[in-house]
Amino acid sequence: MSERENILGRIREALRAPAPPPGSQGHASAPTPASTPRMWLPKVGESFDEQLALFTKNAAGLKADFQMFNSAEEMHQALVRSRDTEGWQRVAGQSGDLANAICPVLNLPLLRTDKAYDVNELEACDVGISECDALIAQTGSVLVTNRSAGGRALSVLPPHHVVLAQREQLVADLPAAFELLKLKYASNYPSMISFITGPSRTGDIERILVLGAHGPKRLTIFCL
Amino acid sequence: MSTFAAQFLKQARVMAGDLRHRQIIRTALGNYELARDQGRAAFQDWQGARQLAAETKWEAINHLDHYLEQFASKLETRGTKVHWASTGEQAREIILQIVRDKKAKSVIKSKAMTAEEIHLNAALEAAGFNVVENDLGEFIVQLRHEAPYHIVFPSMHLTRDEISGLFERELGSAPTNDPEELTMIARRVLRKKFLTADIGITGANFAIAETGMISITENEGNARLTAALPKTMISLLGIEKILPQLEDLALFLPMLATMGTGQVLTCYNTLYGGPRQPGESDGPEEWHVVLLDNHRTELLADAEQRDALGCIRCGACLNVCPIFRNVGGHTYSTTYSGPIGSVITPHLRGLQDWKHLSNASSLCGACTETCPVKIDLHHHLLQNRRNASAAQPAFFERLAYKVFGFVANRPALWSIAKKFGRWGQPLQNLVKGTTLDPAKSWTQTRDLPQLAGESFKDWWRNRK
Repeated sequence: MSERENILGRIREALRAPAPPPGSQGHASAPTPASTPRMWLPKVGESFDEQLALFTKNAAGLKADFQMFNSAEEMHQALVRSRDTEGWQRVAGQSGDLANAICPVLNLPLLRTDKAYDVNELEACDVGISECDALIAQTGSVLVTNRSAGGRALSVLPPHHVVLAQREQLVADLPAAFELLKLKYASNYPSMISFITGPSRTGDIERILVLGAHGPKRLTIFCL
Repeated sequence: MSTFAAQFLKQARVMAGDLRHRQIIRTALGNYELARDQGRAAFQDWQGARQLAAETKWEAINHLDHYLEQFASKLETRGTKVHWASTGEQAREIILQIVRDKKAKSVIKSKAMTAEEIHLNAALEAAGFNVVENDLGEFIVQLRHEAPYHIVFPSMHLTRDEISGLFERELGSAPTNDPEELTMIARRVLRKKFLTADIGITGANFAIAETGMISITENEGNARLTAALPKTMISLLGIEKILPQLEDLALFLPMLATMGTGQVLTCYNTLYGGPRQPGESDGPEEWHVVLLDNHRTELLADAEQRDALGCIRCGACLNVCPIFRNVGGHTYSTTYSGPIGSVITPHLRGLQDWKHLSNASSLCGACTETCPVKIDLHHHLLQNRRNASAAQPAFFERLAYKVFGFVANRPALWSIAKKFGRWGQPLQNLVKGTTLDPAKSWTQTRDLPQLAGESFKDWWRNRK
């Protein structure tokens, strides 16, 4: 018999004895009506403005730089300013409507990560520019997949990650983000899906917050 | 007494009196408590969330065979190789074989308590492979050749000066007392390892049956890099990590973050559903998922304590436990410490050897109250005590209770015993805490209450 069958056999044998009801913690409790996560998770307002305000507040708390723009032109200018203040020399980016329009504006050597690329070249880039699947108001997170955001490494290897988003991509909460994933990908999920919540961080030394542990020190979210 | 129990008692005595250790733990956990309370308060109803989490895990664990098969077959259809290991040894052998087949020169590993449980690093090193931990806390304790202090905060017991000294010795860096500078030293060293490693090993926080994905929760980005750069990826996870549906994560990810570190959500929560797929530009060419039993099915067979398999390893019960806070993580000498470790270690490693952990409890129930998946922790400690004494009764304990019962049931004998007690107590005070003291283990650090000069019964009879 294979180990698979051994393990499954032991599980079936073990499960013949019924367990006490869930969450009873030694007390006899009345069965609770079925609930969904949304009933318990932190509350999110219904209007776009409320959700935008919440996302802005969460992003600030996470030390992410979130900016809204009224035109592509303004967004391009902001990115050029970042290029100049941080002295970017090399840029990595993906193909996509927003990224295609913006990457050439920077006028810097550009590494595309949609097709096979050299990881050492990506490591040498000062910034990774990607798109995303959604912004989540409830948590201040950016939802990316390797299909929507230029692979697995673009959003985590360079020291600065710039996310390009559109305001229609703002969703209320985590359940909405999972609904969106199902709707968009259920027939064929990307092999990596990541909820990015602020720049990389650690508290492993005396529980003191340090940004940029292994991933980006800076996370910029530009929203059109 | 098992040697493990003797060692525990000895170490606990040392740590309980270590004021420096106490100060470090108090500061670290004080900050955690503030953030955790804030996070919990943001929920519309934390108790409702706990109940739903308990129900979801209950469903998964009580239909584990069904969900595991679904999980494995979904993974396999997308080109992932799934391995099943009944024991830690089998899991080590499977992983070693993959590493040998790939002729790996360098292995990197993100944080995985399951790998600690099976002593994977030691096995890889014994076979001649170099494996580097890339979570900062794990990297620090690996350099110190010690086990993680805490399942979520591995290097919580160290100060920045100790870490600076360690880096100076092991990495040749300049001394600094700036946590940011220390983090950057580790980042630079580990970045090189990421770029050259042939194999990346990860654990998993959740396994989604519905879609065949694992979910990894982290803050640093080290697991993201481990799953992006090396050509071969290996993920080791216990069979109990299962969640039925993808959307269950909408509840579990924020609950894990709230209770684990006091964050709304940790920095990276990432799902992996396969190796690099056609048309994808990076990621591992091969992905091996190793499913580990290692006595989990024995815990599953104990219906009374089955809910302990719902544990999401948030560490919240350690943080609130007065025992953990006094004796520290290393005193347990187990992979999983604190209340959850005391509950499950006897199942994983033998009841008689590890029953002392269930006695090292004030039964205050803080663990049970804090557990986000409502594991009945302190009652399980009582059940472990009951099971241990039923399986192997302690002769002197039984004798003592028999004698007590005999005397207490006979008023004449009882009143004689009381008189002896009143005469004897001043004598006992002379030898208090020494080897001559029959109550030594208590009186070493505490006083026995003084017997009243007159019993209530006598007082009642003599009143007026």
